[in-house]
Amino acid sequence: MSITVYVPCDSSAVSLGANRVADAIAQEAQKRGIEINVVRNGSRGMYWLEPMVEVATDKGRVAYGAVKTSDVASLFDADFLNGGVHALNLGLTEEIPYLKKQQRLTFARVGITDPVSVEDYVAHDGYRGLKNALSYSQADIVKHVTDSGLRGRGGAAFPTGIKWNTVLNTPSEQKYIICNADEGDSGTFSDRMIMEGDPLVLIEGMTIAGIAVGATQGYIYLRIEYPHALEILNAAIANAYAANYLGENIQGSSKTFHLEVRQGAGAYVCGEETALMESLEGKRGLVRFKPPLPAISGLFGKPTVVNNVISLASVPVILDKGGEFYRDFGMGRSRGTLPLQLAGNLKHAGLVELAFGATLREVLYDFGGGSATGKPIRAVQVGGPLGSYLPESQFDTPLDYEAFAAIWAVLGHGGIVAFDETVDLAQMAKYSMEFCVEESCGKCTPCRIGSTRGYEVMDEIVAKRDLDKNIPLLRSLCDTMLNGSLCAMGGMTPYPVLSALNHFPEDFQGR
Amino acid sequence: MSKTIVIDGKVIPFEDGQTIIQAATAAGVYIPHLCHNPKFTPHGSCKLCTVKVNGRNCSACTFPAAKGQTITNITKELNDDREKITQMLFVEGNHFCPSCEKTGNCNLQAVAYHLGMTDNHFPHFFENREVDASHPDVMIDHNRCIFCTLCVRASQQEDGKNVFAISGRGIEKRLVVNSPSGLLKDSDLDVNDCAAHICPTGAILIKRTGYKVPIGQRIFDHAHIDTVALAAEGASHDE
Repeated sequence: MSITVYVPCDSSAVSLGANRVADAIAQEAQKRGIEINVVRNGSRGMYWLEPMVEVATDKGRVAYGAVKTSDVASLFDADFLNGGVHALNLGLTEEIPYLKKQQRLTFARVGITDPVSVEDYVAHDGYRGLKNALSYSQADIVKHVTDSGLRGRGGAAFPTGIKWNTVLNTPSEQKYIICNADEGDSGTFSDRMIMEGDPLVLIEGMTIAGIAVGATQGYIYLRIEYPHALEILNAAIANAYAANYLGENIQGSSKTFHLEVRQGAGAYVCGEETALMESLEGKRGLVRFKPPLPAISGLFGKPTVVNNVISLASVPVILDKGGEFYRDFGMGRSRGTLPLQLAGNLKHAGLVELAFGATLREVLYDFGGGSATGKPIRAVQVGGPLGSYLPESQFDTPLDYEAFAAIWAVLGHGGIVAFDETVDLAQMAKYSMEFCVEESCGKCTPCRIGSTRGYEVMDEIVAKRDLDKNIPLLRSLCDTMLNGSLCAMGGMTPYPVLSALNHFPEDFQGR
Repeated sequence: MSKTIVIDGKVIPFEDGQTIIQAATAAGVYIPHLCHNPKFTPHGSCKLCTVKVNGRNCSACTFPAAKGQTITNITKELNDDREKITQMLFVEGNHFCPSCEKTGNCNLQAVAYHLGMTDNHFPHFFENREVDASHPDVMIDHNRCIFCTLCVRASQQEDGKNVFAISGRGIEKRLVVNSPSGLLKDSDLDVNDCAAHICPTGAILIKRTGYKVPIGQRIFDHAHIDTVALAAEGASHDE
């Protein structure tokens, strides 16, 4: 029997040479006359170890990383196909502390299965949620989601069950499920990892959503910067159709759900749900005013569920094990788990799925291993480019939506970007304004003009000119953006700017 | 008993389907605005009509009136933001009131006076914008466009045409004309179109009419925008 070797197809691993390593392993095996089966799996999310090669042994999978093509011959020499000793041997994958300490519910299968294989997916507990859903009434499916306490993982943290319930109870001949896969936040990659590593869990989640609310058509709105995800999603969708998990009469249930991927055109603001729908409709990506809520009048004016990738990918485990199982994880009103994305100046960047409630410090040091440079971590931006900068004094804040709101910060999509003591927070505040200038849709006055003026004011501040005049002007601009903007783009740009100014005033002072 | 909302302590009746600004206007309560015009679908972009509905900021021109709403409209906080938004609009374009033929008839200018705006607060953009004087009867001075989209909406919804649109993202946005050359002369705009007359500033002007009414006898020379708007838009609601 041939030995199975796993080399990730995840784009971060690929960017670190995973394709070349996979080729080198296949060639070396052929040269040595050894029959192996190379499976391109998702990444386990330990990016400092990528490309991480795993070998299936009797004791479980043994990991080797980070593997370069030049290591391949020596791996064969060391009999890595049987878990042999080698400098890159990391032991059993499941015993690596970074992975072992996590609570992976949504990411349970990522790295374990062949992402596009329906057979593999089903063999690893896939489609159990759908099977249950098909035996429930629509209201009962929604009830499980409501009971689970799941809140929108895109960042807004709106209760998913309430949203589904609204769509369920809004009569319409046509309803839609949209998956927001426009993962544009800096330092975030959990959506991409799921789509590349276990796309079928997203497909199953969307199918359940469709059956729950009575929608027969789903769209995955994928950012154009994810070409690998596009390929893998399309392959997985085709396989799901072939296995009758998509299409008409799904598994003989008489339920219909169609799914296709649509690509964005590179605008950050199209991650905002209403701009996303405009874009899906073929229009300019402009934010719509709300109400009407998308749940009542969404895509093409029809009731529409718009959920983030992680929200939808968390649905199968909820329907498999029940809302209460999921709700038992977490703290306060933040239930379940959040896949955190550790990035920036950290020793161990990667994906860490944890129940809500761990502190930021635990994540930064126990998982992240402190800064990559070895210098103290001075600031952390949580929740993407519109998230606040947190100083060291706030590192003990638990990862919980309400605890973060209480310190004028957001958890957002779970992106955590760390900076060491060399960071200049005034420069970062300037960057935040610049980001808003670049990405504002331009519809509303405060965001369009406020950000442009804000960028210029920050330019003055960074140059330490007229600080007595410019800092009050910056605050005044931020006030107007906070109070008057149409959506979170302009409305939250003041979070990073003002948190930088308030927590790190020394960076804004004259020399 | 009819349904009511409360704006600044005043009880105001509303009908289902009305926005806050529609109910307010019908009851003689002025909420400052620029991109709203009761004849056309709301746009919600200028953000001047932001009011606090049960403590939350909402655009009065798009937010439906609903039972139980307690709304604040004229407060220092809200008017300060309105003033800053107006100042932003002033610095984004090139609005030189003394040399503009729309002075005295201009909603942007009138709103600025109404809010007590005395300076621009923010630095000017001094963007170099073009003038399209190609049409025999109508001209566009892009220096004065505030992107309210009233001309876009009027052309589509009143004139049954599609002469104007907004192009470009963010601060790059521009009013564009739907014609092969991009010039007004090659569009199907007629001088009698609603879209040619709807501009709240001096961006779209009818040629050879600018000084027919002398300065000193213009709309806002003798009345504030609140009374003018309520008279015009209240009447429009009654139609």
